[in-house]
Amino acid sequence: MSYDLSSEIILFLPLLSFLLLSIFGKRIKPEISGIIGTMVLSITAILAVYVAYGYFFEFGKVGGVYVKHIVTQFSWLRFNENLSIDMGIVLDPISVMMLIVISFVSAMVHLYSLSYMKGEDRFTMYYAYLSLFSFSMLGLVVAVNLFQMYMFWELVGISSFLLIGFYFTKPSAIAAAKKAFIVTRFADLGFLIGILMLSFGAKTLDFFVLIERLTVPGSPYIAAFTGTSFLGLSTLSWALLLVFAGGAGKSAMFPLHIWLPDAMEGPTPVSALIHAATMVVAGVFLVARLFPIFAISAPDALHIIAYVGAFTALFAAVIACTQTDIKRVLAYSTISQIAYMIFALGVAGWGEGKDEGFTASMFHLFTHAFFKALLFLGAGAVIHAVHSNEMKDMGGLRKSLPITHITFLLACLAIAGIPPFAGFFSKEAILSAAYQNNLPIFYVGVLTSGITAFYMFRLYFRIFWNKLAVHQAGHSHESHTWAMNIPLIILATGAVFAGLIPFGSFVSAQGNAVVLPFNLMFSVGPVLVGLLGITIAYVLYGKKSELPAKISDSVSILYRSAYHKFYIDEIYLFVTKHILFNLIGRPSAWFDKNVVNGIMINGSATSTVMLSGAIKKMQSGRLQTYAMFFLGGVLILAALLVIKFI
Amino acid sequence: MEQVPLTHVLILSSILFFLGIFGFFTRRNLITVLMSIELILNSVNINFVAFNRYLYPHQLEGVFFTLFIITIAAAEVSLAIAIIINLYRRFNTIDIDDTNTMKY
Repeated sequence: MSYDLSSEIILFLPLLSFLLLSIFGKRIKPEISGIIGTMVLSITAILAVYVAYGYFFEFGKVGGVYVKHIVTQFSWLRFNENLSIDMGIVLDPISVMMLIVISFVSAMVHLYSLSYMKGEDRFTMYYAYLSLFSFSMLGLVVAVNLFQMYMFWELVGISSFLLIGFYFTKPSAIAAAKKAFIVTRFADLGFLIGILMLSFGAKTLDFFVLIERLTVPGSPYIAAFTGTSFLGLSTLSWALLLVFAGGAGKSAMFPLHIWLPDAMEGPTPVSALIHAATMVVAGVFLVARLFPIFAISAPDALHIIAYVGAFTALFAAVIACTQTDIKRVLAYSTISQIAYMIFALGVAGWGEGKDEGFTASMFHLFTHAFFKALLFLGAGAVIHAVHSNEMKDMGGLRKSLPITHITFLLACLAIAGIPPFAGFFSKEAILSAAYQNNLPIFYVGVLTSGITAFYMFRLYFRIFWNKLAVHQAGHSHESHTWAMNIPLIILATGAVFAGLIPFGSFVSAQGNAVVLPFNLMFSVGPVLVGLLGITIAYVLYGKKSELPAKISDSVSILYRSAYHKFYIDEIYLFVTKHILFNLIGRPSAWFDKNVVNGIMINGSATSTVMLSGAIKKMQSGRLQTYAMFFLGGVLILAALLVIKFI
Repeated sequence: MEQVPLTHVLILSSILFFLGIFGFFTRRNLITVLMSIELILNSVNINFVAFNRYLYPHQLEGVFFTLFIITIAAAEVSLAIAIIINLYRRFNTIDIDDTNTMKY
C-alpha cells in the first residue's frame, strides 16, 4: 500500500468509526462498539508507524534534509485569487511524529477503556467521542493551512468538551466541561484574530507559503507588518503572540491553565489521552509549526513565550506538591511539563546550534506522551481499585497492584529525569538548550525538575507505600483484565526506551540532522537535583510520619495558597463575577430588559395593538358603509381627474 | 324630424344612476338594494347606446356592450338572489343591517 493512501486512511478511519458508532450506536452491542473503536485505532497506529517509517527512511529525505511532503491538498473555500482555505494532508517530521504519538496513545487508551469503562452507560457514545477526538487531533497535525488547523482545533475542543462532560449527571463534570470550553474558546478568539492578522499581512493562509513569505528579511510582506508597532512590539509579534494565546489556552499556560485541573472530572482514560498526551500539546505543536516565523522574524515574541513557559512550569509544579487528589497532581504535573516544552521552544533560535531547543521540545513532547499517559492510566487503575481519587484513601498498594506499581514507578522515574529513562534524555536536552541561551530560565528549569521529582514521588509513596489505608486493605486487589494491563506494560516500555531514539536525526527545525548534545558532566547537576527531590519525598512520605504536616504548618501561608492553587480561580471568579458581571453584565441586562425588550419589542407590539384597535372599528361588517367608503374613494379620484383636466 | 338632443338622454341616465346610488345606500332590504344596482347598470346601458347612436352611428360596439351587460346582469342577479335566499335561510331576514357578521 502506498504511503499517501495510508496517511489518508489514518485520517479518515477514525472519522468513519465515529460516524458508524454515533449513527448506528443504538443497534450495536456496547462490547462490539468498543472492539470496533479499538480495532480502528490499532490499525491507525500501525499505519502511522508504517507511514513514519516510509517518511523517515524512504521518501522524506531530499538531499540530506527532511522536506515536507504534501499528500493531498485541495481548495475548500476560495476567497479571492490568493486567499483560500485549503484542506489537505502534509507530512513533515513534526506531523509524522505527532501521528505516531496520537494514534499510539489513542489506541492504548481505547484498549484500556474496554475494561475501565465496562458497564458504563453510553459506552458506545464514549467510543464514538474518542474516535471523533482522534480524527480531529490527527487532522490538526496534518493541516496544510492555518485555517484548516483552526477548524480541527475547534473540533478537538468540542470532543474534549463532550468527554469531560461525559458523566453529565454530575454537576461538577458539567461545570468543568463548560469551564474548559469557555476558557479555551476565549483563548481561541486570540488565535482567530492572530490568523486574520497574519493572513491579512501575508496574503495567504497556507503554512508553507506563510513561512516562506514571513521569513525572508526585507520582503514586502514583512515590511507590511513591521511598519507599525504597539507597546514596543511589531504587528507581526502581536499577531504571533495572539496565535500563541490560542495555543496557551489549549496547552493550559498561565493564566489560562485553570481549566485543565478541573477537566479531570472526565473519565480517567480521557484524561490520559486528551488532557495529558495529545490535545494539550496542540499549543506546543502550533508554535513548532510556525517556528521559523517566530525564530526569524519575531524573536521578541519567542522571548515572551519562553518566560510564560518558565513561569508556568515552576508555578504548576509548586501547586502540584500540595494537591491531594491524585489526578489533580497529575494535571498540574502536565501543565508543568507542557510549560517545559513551551520554554524549550522559547529559548530556541534559528540557525546552526541555536535550534536545539526546538528538537528538545519535540523530543520531550514525544517522551512525555508515553510516561504521562502511563501515569494517568496507572492512576486510573488505582482509582478503579480503591474507588477514590483522594490520597488519604490510598497507601500500601504495592502488594495488591503489582503491575500498576511497577509501571507507575517506571513512569515516575521517567518524569523525574532519572537516567536511563525516557524523560532523562528529553529533559537534559531542554535544560542544555536553556543553559546555552538563557541562564535564568535554565535555573528555573532545574528547580522545576527537582520539584517535579519531589511531587511525583510524593504521589508514588503515598499511593504504594506509606501506611496501609485501613478500610481498603481487605478488598483492594488487581481485578484488572489484560485490557488494562497490556496498555500499562506497552506504555511502560515506551517510557523506558523512547529516550534512546536518536531524535535529533529525525526532527529538527530545519530538517537536517541535529545531534542533541549529551554531556555527562552537564547531566550530573539536574539528575542530582532530581534524586534530591526523590529523597525528600521518601523521607517525608515513605513511611507514615508527622513530618509533612509539621512542615506544611511551618510555612502555612505558602502551603495554603499553593493548596488553593494560588487563588487563581478565585481571582477569575472575582473578575468575572464582580467586575464583568456587575459592571458590564448588569447594565447590559438592564438595557436589554428595559430598552430593547421594554421599548423596542413590547413598545412596537403595544403600538401595533393600539393601531389595530383603532382601525378595526372601520370593519363594521355593514355592506353599505363599505360601499360608502368605496363611493368616497371614487369621488376623490373623479375630483382629481377633473382637476387634472381643468 | 327634430331629434332628441344627446344631453337629454345623458341627463336621463344620470338621474337613473343617482337614483340607483341613492337606493343602494338608503334601502335596508337586500332585494331593493339589488334592484338599485340594476338601475345603475341600466343607466350605463343607456349611456352606451346613446353615445353609439349619436357619435358613431356607423359602428355597433356600444350596442354589443349593452347586450353583454344585460346578459351578465341577468347572471349576476341569479347569483345575488341565490345569496339572498341563503342569507334568509340562515338569519331569517334579508334586512341588510342584521347581516353584519362579516366584520374583522
